[in-house]
Amino acid sequence: MPVFYEKKQLVTPGDLLAEGDYVSGDSTYKENGKIYANRLGLVDYNGRRVHVVALKSFYIPVPGDTVIGKVVETTPGGWVIDIKAPHFARLRASDVVERSFKPETTDLPSIFDVGDLIIAKVVAYDRTRDPQLTVREPGLGKIMRGQLFVVTPTKIPRVIGRQGSMVGMIKRETGCQLTIGQNGLILISGRSTEDERLAVLALRKIEAESHTSGLTDRVTEMIKKERKAVESK
Amino acid sequence: MTDSVVVRVKKKRIAELLESEKRVDERGLTDYREIQIESGVIERAEGSARVHLGKTDVVVGVKIGTGTPFPDVPDKGVLTVNAELVPLASPDFEPGPPGEKAVELARVVDRGIRESKAIDLEKLCVESGKLVFVVFIDVYVLNHDGNLIDASAMAALAALINTKMFKYEVKDGKIVKKPGYTPLPIINYPIAVTFAKIGNKLILDTGLDEEQVMDARLTMTMTKDGNICAIQKGGGSGYFTQEEIVEATKIAQKKTKELRKLVVKS
Amino acid sequence: MKANKKKTKKETKKMSNKKPEKLIDKKGIRLDGRKLDELRPVKMEVGVLPNADGSAYLEQGKNKVLVGVYGPKEAHPRHIAQQDRAVIQCRYHMAPFSVDERKSPAPSRRDIELSKVVREALEPAVFLEYYPKTSIQVYIEILQADGGTRCAGITTAALALADAGIPMRDLVVACAAGKADGKLIVDLMDTEDKVGDADVPVAFMPNLNAITLLQMDGNLSVDEFNNAVNMAVDGCKQIYALQKEALKSKYVTVEEAEEE
Repeated sequence: MPVFYEKKQLVTPGDLLAEGDYVSGDSTYKENGKIYANRLGLVDYNGRRVHVVALKSFYIPVPGDTVIGKVVETTPGGWVIDIKAPHFARLRASDVVERSFKPETTDLPSIFDVGDLIIAKVVAYDRTRDPQLTVREPGLGKIMRGQLFVVTPTKIPRVIGRQGSMVGMIKRETGCQLTIGQNGLILISGRSTEDERLAVLALRKIEAESHTSGLTDRVTEMIKKERKAVESK
Repeated sequence: MTDSVVVRVKKKRIAELLESEKRVDERGLTDYREIQIESGVIERAEGSARVHLGKTDVVVGVKIGTGTPFPDVPDKGVLTVNAELVPLASPDFEPGPPGEKAVELARVVDRGIRESKAIDLEKLCVESGKLVFVVFIDVYVLNHDGNLIDASAMAALAALINTKMFKYEVKDGKIVKKPGYTPLPIINYPIAVTFAKIGNKLILDTGLDEEQVMDARLTMTMTKDGNICAIQKGGGSGYFTQEEIVEATKIAQKKTKELRKLVVKS
Repeated sequence: MKANKKKTKKETKKMSNKKPEKLIDKKGIRLDGRKLDELRPVKMEVGVLPNADGSAYLEQGKNKVLVGVYGPKEAHPRHIAQQDRAVIQCRYHMAPFSVDERKSPAPSRRDIELSKVVREALEPAVFLEYYPKTSIQVYIEILQADGGTRCAGITTAALALADAGIPMRDLVVACAAGKADGKLIVDLMDTEDKVGDADVPVAFMPNLNAITLLQMDGNLSVDEFNNAVNMAVDGCKQIYALQKEALKSKYVTVEEAEEE
């Protein structure tokens, strides 16, 4: 039963990846017993499962994901949040204030207003409703300071690294806190703008070279070099 | 009920029937509904015709005016086609300027007439580069029950055949009417047939129901010598294979001949 | 890749108000030096607009086409949303300076028709049913026009959609064939389209052997028409190979840079 590419080869939409008794995974589709890519990316075969790691994709909310979003509208019942997904997400007022709140007397915009950035968790998402968010857990809520960096969501695992190795290294080398949204938004919070700049450089490099190996070491090298270059001025 | 949301069971039924080469109203796959063509229905227009294709009802009026020719064709009269999907024709048509459906309809009908050179535009030149006759063809859809393109194209041709221009002479660069009329110089008779693809079947003359579930449509316009002068694929997010297109050309050759007889006779 | 290598031997005759007497000379060479079945040089680039979710730029002969894609995103206005699928909002538009005589920026009837048929050429490729109640906006701007712009627009738009990470069954590629001086030719430039006998634009998904755009104006026998469609499909296949390369090449450059 034939496969037509090697692991980690670059494929484009419409490329025939496999034929026969295979299962269609991410960024692929199956038709008439054949599996095709439906996005540009790197093909991978895992036993019977064929999938493509898309080079570029947009975020589809998954319950349990941590996301960073922007408040775009306040309504009597809560807020509408842009989480860079095909649909806006909703945060119910009842998630933040007491259950028996009165819309007329509670000033929702004073809690979160249009333009605020929040860290939230996706609690529900299916085809019948917009994604629902919560800010009830510790660490969630309004973002008060920091810099935002946006990557395509498929690269988030690379930013995190195996068992957090990449994000941990960036923290060590730059002293910056990174809050990572599964939707591709990353909040950088450092002790100085210089520290944050180094973190941004690191993230740019990861974004550009996410498909290569030995990346963690190279990023570490680069940060060290940059720091030296700045300090010697 | 709004026509644009299709009842799902209807869709299934149409597809199932087609599997056994049958249609909802028991027509054959390439049969047209009953066609009625009346000419000269609007006396104020220089030419007119009304076509009933099943329950689809289209009126076309032809008006002749004068104007300046296009600079790159100074010796030819001007042809312009407009189509209106009048709100009374369907619960899904709204008042306002022509939307993409109306624009497409007008341009497909226009292409058939223009590319087949149905009107001898050179005979409509009064003074080269300065004054020519303008043929205004206005398609008015009165009831939409599917296959507006073929009905409109037939009505437009019938209206053109029906069109009479006043006799005239040119005095001091101006047109002066003389008594009597001459027919508009028509030298070709383009006929459009529109195929719809549902599943893997090709059918002609879709009723409204069939149109709402079709995957794609393909209009072929042929001249009286069996040449193709216009083609338009549209409607639906489906596609055709080359084999289907070749098959369509064969059916179109036969069908356009049949329909032409009806129009020219009327 | 013959489409890319040949340089034009002769400049296209300027139109002014005179039509060239012959579009094809005795040796079967066209006004711009091409053979009957030869495409104009094509080059494409993906990811050229920072704000758009996906974008692409294409040059084919003198055609210059830029496409930006936004979405899938919430459908606006609400009433255009479809409950079970995404809608594609497509705008084909020519810049006022793209043609010889300045063209008004307001959409002409041709723009309206082309926006429709181009949208219908792209729809079969996109998995619209994955994103109900959203819209995918495709903005095609023709910056310079020299015949075959709807085909160039479709080819570029497919790249932009892929660049946006929107899942597609296949890339859509388009090419026109036609007839001039009694001969069938491929990839007509503006003069050949205006003065010639027929123009047959075709959009194609090579994977599914699917024709998603097909139009024709002019006068052709049935056999000529079917042959023209064949020529156009062959042209499509050549351009398809270039589309794939354009998508991959951004990626490859990164890898090469990394090896230094």
